[in-house]
Amino acid sequence: MKLLDVVQFASGSLRGSRSRTLLMILAMSIGVASVVVLTALGEGARRYVVNQFSSLGTNLIIVFPGRTETAGIGPGMLLGQIPRELSLDDAQALLRSPAIRRIAPLTIGTSQISQNALNREVVVLGSTAEMLKVRHMSMGLGQFLPAGDVHSSESVCVLGSKIRRELFGDDSGIGSWVRLGDRRFRVIGVLANQGESMGFNTDEIVIIPVASAHLLFNTSGLFRILVEAKSRDTIEPAKRDAEQILTERHHGERDVTVITQDAVLATFDRILRALTLAVGGIAAISLAVAGVLIMNVMLIAVSQRVKEIGLLKALGAPAAQIRKLFFAEAVLLSGIGSVAGLILGQAGVLVIAKLYPALPVSAPWWAVLAAIATSLGTGILFSVWPARRAALLDPVTALAGR
Amino acid sequence: MIQFEQVSRSFTVGDQQVAALRDINLSIAAGDYVSIMGPSGSGKSTLLNLIGLLDRPSSGIYKLDGGNVTDLDDKQQARVRSEKIGFVFQSFHLVPRLTARMNIELPLILAGIPPAERKIRVTELLENYGLNDRADHRPDQLSGGQRQRVAIARATSMHPAVLLADEPTGNLDQTTGKEVINLLEQLVEQKVALIMVTHDPAIGGRAKRQLHMVDGQIVSETGLTA
Repeated sequence: MKLLDVVQFASGSLRGSRSRTLLMILAMSIGVASVVVLTALGEGARRYVVNQFSSLGTNLIIVFPGRTETAGIGPGMLLGQIPRELSLDDAQALLRSPAIRRIAPLTIGTSQISQNALNREVVVLGSTAEMLKVRHMSMGLGQFLPAGDVHSSESVCVLGSKIRRELFGDDSGIGSWVRLGDRRFRVIGVLANQGESMGFNTDEIVIIPVASAHLLFNTSGLFRILVEAKSRDTIEPAKRDAEQILTERHHGERDVTVITQDAVLATFDRILRALTLAVGGIAAISLAVAGVLIMNVMLIAVSQRVKEIGLLKALGAPAAQIRKLFFAEAVLLSGIGSVAGLILGQAGVLVIAKLYPALPVSAPWWAVLAAIATSLGTGILFSVWPARRAALLDPVTALAGR
Repeated sequence: MIQFEQVSRSFTVGDQQVAALRDINLSIAAGDYVSIMGPSGSGKSTLLNLIGLLDRPSSGIYKLDGGNVTDLDDKQQARVRSEKIGFVFQSFHLVPRLTARMNIELPLILAGIPPAERKIRVTELLENYGLNDRADHRPDQLSGGQRQRVAIARATSMHPAVLLADEPTGNLDQTTGKEVINLLEQLVEQKVALIMVTHDPAIGGRAKRQLHMVDGQIVSETGLTA
């Protein structure tokens, strides 16, 4: 019997019981579609986080004061000490490392911003001209903080786009004066509309020179130092250099924490990948259920078609051929089911992408392959028994329909 | 051509051995027209199943075309069935979802004959059995006589040497029954050995050799020319 004839005969018998065939294909395709959709969601979440991180800047190292000890309580804690603060000179000293391209010191606080009768609370960032490049921000209007001496406390500010809209409405606001706390600042630029990234909305901040921020908030410490390494390969040397330089400057005491964006990113990446695998695995269970369903229905089909099997044997079909015919039916069913499931799944992914445009959903190729392989695998695996049962029927009793 | 030597067949029912056939000796030549008659339970169908290689004897030897076919494996048996034996059943046994044409084609498909040749053979058979205008009808759209004609066409599609008919007229009325018998008798003229199980003495009496069975044994053989 030729392969084409086997396929034709099997598809003929599938067409012969249309509703049963459709139901099985439906079960199979729901299984495949759920694998595709769920892994696409997981993968989308992973990519979303990765994108968010890289929008913060590339090759980023973050330095902050204090050190989290995992081995017991440090003596400083018992005395109620707070960690030694990071100074602007500490930040500038980091530039001595050949592995570090640029740094941006960061001071953060909240203040009242007012312009004529309008006022609101804002988050104020104190930083330097380098901030723009380190943090991958872009300007909407005007210019960013001027480069130059980091200690000079010029009274200029850059507004987030939403702040500008609220204070100035249709007017660009460039060149106007605003009041932050008890000081006046001239608006020299407005940030481009960027929206939220990592829970931090750059549209609702005001950026001023770091020295001005120290005056405004009456401090001298830094909240963070953002460090950009020269390249991906120099992230680790840059991290080591930063720790060494700061330890030296703090009289041999390692009282800062240095984390790399890569390390954080890798952790998130691992967590979310595991999550994707987990939901994909759960979805794959539905595929196994569909496989059991196929087995059940094939067994029923065998007992319904006992006479036909007897006839085929009488007409000269050996057991192996009968087995092949039932096998072909199962493979066709799961094959059609997985193709239908892929289409259904992709449609689902498209709908999700439409509903949540921010989420980069798309099923990873390995999940698509795994879904098809699982559905074909279960289809074949679960048809072995029914096909065997059909092949082993005794032709005499089968013809008698018993 | 068909040679039975001391063939017995017994079944186990519960913990008892029931003999369906006892020590049958039988020889049938090509072109023989044999009818097997007898009360139900006399072993007629069992004999037919043994000849058709659908069943195996418990003891004895069955030779077909000179070769011993008693102990063939499943694959070899199937091959012999495909090439040498045609079956016609009382209840036609057509595949309900297939058209008349496809039912006739089935043995050819199973034997792996190329589509072009299949088409020629099936068209010829449809013509011979007057089924041309019914070729694309499914069995439930055919009359009983037409169904049995499709079944006979199917049984002869591989040009078998032996045609086994188990009550071929059992589900047909008198007139169509006659027609079907005529078709089968035409095959005998083409040197096919026709072996027919029947209850009906009027039909069985037409055969050149008539075997009468009781209790798993051939008790007498009468014949028109013997």
